[in-house]
Amino acid sequence: MGKHKTPMLDELEKGPWPSFVSDIKQQAEKGKQALKDAPDDLLGVMELSYKDKVTHWKHGGIVGVFGYGGGVIGRYCDQPEKFPGVAHFHTMRVNQPASKFYSTKFLRDLCNLWERYGSGLTNMHGSTGDIIFLGTTTDNLERVFYDMTHELNQDLGGSGSNLRTPSCCVGLARCEWACYDTEEACHELTMEYQDELHRPAFPYKFKFKFDGCPNGCVAAIARADMSVIGTWKDDIRIDQAAVKAYVGGEIKPNGGAHAGKDWGKFDIVEEVVRLCPTGCMSWDGSTLKINNRECTRCMHCLNVMPRALRPGTETGASILFGAKAPILEGAQLSTLTIPFIRMEPPFEELKELVNKVWDWWMEEGKNRERLGELIQRESFQKFLEIMELSPDPRMVSEPRSNPYIFWKEEEVEGGWTRDIKDFRAKHQR
Amino acid sequence: MTDEEAKKAILDTLGGKSGAKTKFYLKDFYKIVPDMKPRDVKNLVNKMVGEGLLEYWSSGSTTLIGLKGAGKQHREED
Repeated sequence: MGKHKTPMLDELEKGPWPSFVSDIKQQAEKGKQALKDAPDDLLGVMELSYKDKVTHWKHGGIVGVFGYGGGVIGRYCDQPEKFPGVAHFHTMRVNQPASKFYSTKFLRDLCNLWERYGSGLTNMHGSTGDIIFLGTTTDNLERVFYDMTHELNQDLGGSGSNLRTPSCCVGLARCEWACYDTEEACHELTMEYQDELHRPAFPYKFKFKFDGCPNGCVAAIARADMSVIGTWKDDIRIDQAAVKAYVGGEIKPNGGAHAGKDWGKFDIVEEVVRLCPTGCMSWDGSTLKINNRECTRCMHCLNVMPRALRPGTETGASILFGAKAPILEGAQLSTLTIPFIRMEPPFEELKELVNKVWDWWMEEGKNRERLGELIQRESFQKFLEIMELSPDPRMVSEPRSNPYIFWKEEEVEGGWTRDIKDFRAKHQR
Repeated sequence: MTDEEAKKAILDTLGGKSGAKTKFYLKDFYKIVPDMKPRDVKNLVNKMVGEGLLEYWSSGSTTLIGLKGAGKQHREED
């Protein structure tokens, strides 16, 4: 039995799934954390919020560590007498290792550090990808920061109007579909833009995300202001013998992922060819053909038959700009801007793009306006001018629903002026 | 405009504001020192935070900047 009665939270422990309530109770019982009452009082204030149906957290604050303008978020409880253990409950965002590779020693060290100075409660990981340390007091912030940077060689992540902690998928480390080294790119840009990561520079948040292929395991297209998504330029590699083995049932489709139930014999036409969104595949009973010019990289066929189909060998990435989660006008996916770019260290071409975009957004972006909203407000045409790019049909998702590209007078031979008599001679009213 | 002049302009403007507003967006500082580039303003503001003249306020999603010690929340957080 904890410090507070929590009948509503206790309900959340009854399902078959892991419960965060059980985790917090476990930390309270363990009792090794510096803020002794924090886990119990956190449960208490949450139960009160469930009862009152309002939050009891005050939003934001002036806390931080010296030299940084991000990575620490002030949190205060508006019922400090009832719940003194969480009266001050600041969050720290810690830059996660690329692809979230950890040794168990490092995880233990992180947990020990946070028990030494905080509540012992973590969120592995926040939506942006950071390791989140939940709950400490102002006087502990510099101590955590010192030990974290000196003993664990780890840095704070981004928050506020900063570059947010870049994140990447597992990439070439473990994935056969990765079209570039996502970890290398993520690390390189993190190091290059340390100033923007730690010091507020922008009208609002800015996110880079690196997906190694269009499967999009870090959902770059949905969440990043600049999405870097692996792709290939040449043809999908086909092993026709392996295709036949899938059709004959010798190899299970989807890597055996749906083997728990009998779905019947694998039907390549129904399950692959007819599901191709651009209809660019055909199967004549012995050979699989792909019209690669029409392929939009949906990845379905590669996912179903990974041993038969592989991405091409001329690999790189597509760069898209302007995604955001629903804030003002609903969710917005990022827009394809650079169809193909080689992804080789030190990624100079990529950095040039970043600098152009930031100069424009810092100058023209309104307060709390994401890049995607600025592109919407000022037009995609204006964005292309800033990026010094020519319009390309691949930037248009579908005909006549995206904004048109409007010609300017200086771009049209002869301009807008015309001889009306000459025109009428050829065209009656 | 030198850095020292820019600093003075920022402190004078923020100190001279009447009413309840004590926190400002970074873009508000661009208007105070229109001759400086946005990145230089950002660097100057950061330097002034380091010197204890200004302070950052963060909601978690957005950062605002104000004179150190100004505003209601500062007293609550001490």
